[in-house]
Amino acid sequence: MKKLSKYRRHRVVAPLLLIAALLGIGTTFQVAGATTTSVITAEERTKAISEGREIFLKGCSSCHGLNAEGSSISPSLIGVGAASVDFQVATGRMPMADMSQQAMRKAPVYNDEEVAALAAYIASLAPGPEIPTDEMINYERDGSIAEGGELFRTNCAMCHNFAGQGGALTKGKYAPSVMGVKPVHIYEAMITGPQAMPVFSDKTITPEEKLSIIAWIKAAEKEPQLGGVALGRVGPVTEGLLVWTLGLGLLIGIAVWLTTKAK
Amino acid sequence: MSARERIAGNVASYVDDRTGAAAWMKKNLKKVFPDHWSFMLGEIALYSFIILLLSGTFLTFWFDPSMREVVYEGEYLPLKGVEMSAAYASALEISFEVRGGLLMRQIHHWAALIFMAAIVVHLMRVFFTGAFRKPREFNWIIGVGLLTLAIVEGFLGYSLPDDLLSGTGIRIAQAIIQAIPVVGSFLAFFAFGGEFPGIAFIPRIYTVHILLLPGIFLALITVHLMLVWYQKHTQYPGPGRTEKNVVGYSLMPIYMAKAGGFFFIVFGITALLGAVASINPIWLYGPYTPGQISAGSQPDWYMGWLDGLVRMSPPLEPVIFGYTLSLNILIPGLIIPGIIFTGMALYPFIEQWITGDKREHHILDRPRNAPNRTALGVMSLTFMLVALINGGNDIIATHFDLSINQIMWFSRIGIIVLPPLAFVITKRLCLSLQRADRDLVLHGRETGRLVMMPSGEFVEVHEPISPEKAWLLTQHEQKAPLELADLDQRGVRRPGLIKSKVRKRFAVAHAEQVSKPTVEDLKEIEHH
Repeated sequence: MKKLSKYRRHRVVAPLLLIAALLGIGTTFQVAGATTTSVITAEERTKAISEGREIFLKGCSSCHGLNAEGSSISPSLIGVGAASVDFQVATGRMPMADMSQQAMRKAPVYNDEEVAALAAYIASLAPGPEIPTDEMINYERDGSIAEGGELFRTNCAMCHNFAGQGGALTKGKYAPSVMGVKPVHIYEAMITGPQAMPVFSDKTITPEEKLSIIAWIKAAEKEPQLGGVALGRVGPVTEGLLVWTLGLGLLIGIAVWLTTKAK
Repeated sequence: MSARERIAGNVASYVDDRTGAAAWMKKNLKKVFPDHWSFMLGEIALYSFIILLLSGTFLTFWFDPSMREVVYEGEYLPLKGVEMSAAYASALEISFEVRGGLLMRQIHHWAALIFMAAIVVHLMRVFFTGAFRKPREFNWIIGVGLLTLAIVEGFLGYSLPDDLLSGTGIRIAQAIIQAIPVVGSFLAFFAFGGEFPGIAFIPRIYTVHILLLPGIFLALITVHLMLVWYQKHTQYPGPGRTEKNVVGYSLMPIYMAKAGGFFFIVFGITALLGAVASINPIWLYGPYTPGQISAGSQPDWYMGWLDGLVRMSPPLEPVIFGYTLSLNILIPGLIIPGIIFTGMALYPFIEQWITGDKREHHILDRPRNAPNRTALGVMSLTFMLVALINGGNDIIATHFDLSINQIMWFSRIGIIVLPPLAFVITKRLCLSLQRADRDLVLHGRETGRLVMMPSGEFVEVHEPISPEKAWLLTQHEQKAPLELADLDQRGVRRPGLIKSKVRKRFAVAHAEQVSKPTVEDLKEIEHH
């Protein structure tokens, strides 16, 4: 110890101590703050699956069949994966409100645990796309807004409109607005292709590119109304409507006023 | 004489000695214009045109009409590092980096939409009041020419920024050019200087948009106004107004003040729209590349009817001698607009042929007193409106939860069924209004006062209308239809009988009227 203490005023001691302290703090934080990657036990999984099956039998089986095999009015759910269930149920699309053209986004019927249980049950039937983890969809870190815009215009705008406001498809179907959708649900939509939407596999659009698209959508959501009232961001139709109502209405009203004789 | 008066007098005589303007001014500053709000619709168009010239000049200071590829390094982050044309990059620069640039861009675009709308309502006023009749046929044709050129000018204008929406519009224009039989492909190559989109088109339409068409506009608008000046303005019927006079206010000072003030009001409202409402947000559309398209790509409203016609067109593409004939584009894109605009330009002559009326007309018709013309106008507007609605079918579908296919079928059937229906309904309405006018003259105004007679009977008191009002309701001429004999004096069938029969048929339809009350009718009523 004495040997050691004679070096205590050595010039490398302070930097060394600093590095040691930083390492210590960093390691502590890393260990303490690490999210336990959902290592769930076999019992927990079995429990979730059986719970999911219960919910499925009560809420879904009348259309999708007792074993999720599908029917004449609904598709089979075997092999659609947990991602598909999470997207459809957590955005309120399933269960459907009515048998109209397509399932619409609405307030979800099931809470997060129930959705997870349902997803576990469907995933247990056959392998399919998994729900992406938070780490996988860190779009703020891994996505580029400008690249996302290019990708969005190339792959998404033809149905969802240039600003993600949605658009019409044939026979009453539509591409919904992508504003205000959770990043995880946007990601799931791309990998599962719900309803009329195609599947964008990781070969077509890589996971990083998917995150760029999400980053652009989130930037579009937050974009201020740069030129004034945005008029719905649907192009010239609303502009024409405004000109014929407010614009010309005001001008003709003033023309009438200017030519009114004094009484 | 005060010093001020002396100086003003000196300046005036200095100018007059050199220009001789005083005599001309003395005469013309007293020129009388009739006063009516509907006479100011054309003024809105004129003032919008001036606003377009001023704001457009501002935009040319920064706009770079070049298809040179650049990498965007400007202020708008979501496009940073994206490859685009210099034209689009400079339009972004105007929007985000030039002081007042976005406001000017929006004023320019709103002014264009107001310009078009004002032209259309002005045209409607002229049509429905019969102001196009002799001697104003030429001015009508100039007006139709201005409308046509304005549509082209507007289209070229919103095509210039080379954003995704404008590129889509140019692509459709190219498709319409290509649909012309035989020469279509050659014309398209000629216009674009090669394959679509190429690098020639944007610089070319820039020259046309800022030089050629504005020049033609200036010339035509000048002639349009000089003819109004020379032929004098039409006026609505009223006591003291004849075919030989004009009743109204003098140019100086009343009209100078009214028109000058109205210019600033039009400018103010355009600037207000430019300041508070976004128009053509090109930064959201992104740069044009032929591989991209947005849902709900629409033209501006004045092209919307054309887009609507193309959207409802059935897929007719016969192959003739190995060549595809794109009737699905040719009919809605060129043939129908051609018929509509030619018919519109020739209408004054068609009506003259039907009525055989070669006299000058300076007193306007009340639309109800020309039921056939009014019905024809409403019929044409109905046609245009159905086409316009179908032009926005995707936006209507998403916003009203409708099926785009159903809207298309509604438009396909409606564009054939609704215009004739509108014709019949309008004609009936006009005749009913004539009948109401007749009743008003003969029986007076219903006062709503009920009087109980000694016998217990209730009657409503009618009040006679003022002589001015009675004159207004009875001043119009009711001409019998043109007499066209099938046989000449010697009993021989005239040549061109079918033409004459058609003309007779039209003449009878055109002259359909509820006969206005005569003096005898009135006397008979007074007798009771």
